[in-house]
Amino acid sequence: MKTVKVEGKNNKHKVLLYALSTCGWCRKTKKFLADKSVEYEYIDVDLCTNEEYEQICKDISERSGRIAFPTLIIDGSKLITGFSEDAIQGALEIGNA
Amino acid sequence: MVTLEQVRQRAENDARTHGYYLNPDEEFLASLLEGLRENEERYGYPSCPCRRATGVFELDRDIICPCDYRDPDCEEYGYCYCALYVRKDVAEKKLPIKPIPERRPPDKLAKTYSKEVVAPDVKTVEENKATMGSKKPPEARLKMWYCKQCGYICFREEPPYVCPICKAKREMFSELKITISG
Repeated sequence: MKTVKVEGKNNKHKVLLYALSTCGWCRKTKKFLADKSVEYEYIDVDLCTNEEYEQICKDISERSGRIAFPTLIIDGSKLITGFSEDAIQGALEIGNA
Repeated sequence: MVTLEQVRQRAENDARTHGYYLNPDEEFLASLLEGLRENEERYGYPSCPCRRATGVFELDRDIICPCDYRDPDCEEYGYCYCALYVRKDVAEKKLPIKPIPERRPPDKLAKTYSKEVVAPDVKTVEENKATMGSKKPPEARLKMWYCKQCGYICFREEPPYVCPICKAKREMFSELKITISG
């Protein structure tokens, strides 16, 4: 599956973002990660094929996440549903600055 | 082609009719309206920008904006899932807007990522554009629902979450069966 990589200085964690290209909350999440200079990869699920989407939903379900976007997967294990600044900040160990 | 202004007008009219306001954050609002416009171009109807549509009208019907979940979400949280429509107190910025959980039932969601879903071709999208939501689901699944509180009657697959007339909860709806006597 093709992901888009966004470079950043904060690359301690492997961050994968499942997003929608049309969604305001996903846009906020992408902006937040960029502002914090977090390195991450993303896939816009509305632009992928049905087969790819099915696989992504399986991936989220297997990690006991709800199918909702944005979904962040950190280091292949921690899952965060929705744009929760505090949760993302905590998981990525980035400050408020 | 549908313009951003048309999308905004439609949303403003609908907000006015139902006593809501549009998201007070202009930048956020603009991104949602653009998402709706994009979806209308892509699928033939303005499905929720914050949910993945399939392009199959039948599967997406509940998430065509204003979605089936707007009223209960606005009632419980003050704004809908994507936060396009907000309540008065939210519009006046007395309440912050934070993401809310997805109310769409998981079984409905699951149908959208099954193997059977086939992406629509250009012709289907054109047809959807032409009819814009006027297509009806198979009649066999439609039922009459009756609000026990105010008497409102609707004809659809499931009762609404909230009665659009008296705001009674879904539990107040009963299926109405008509028989001819004598």
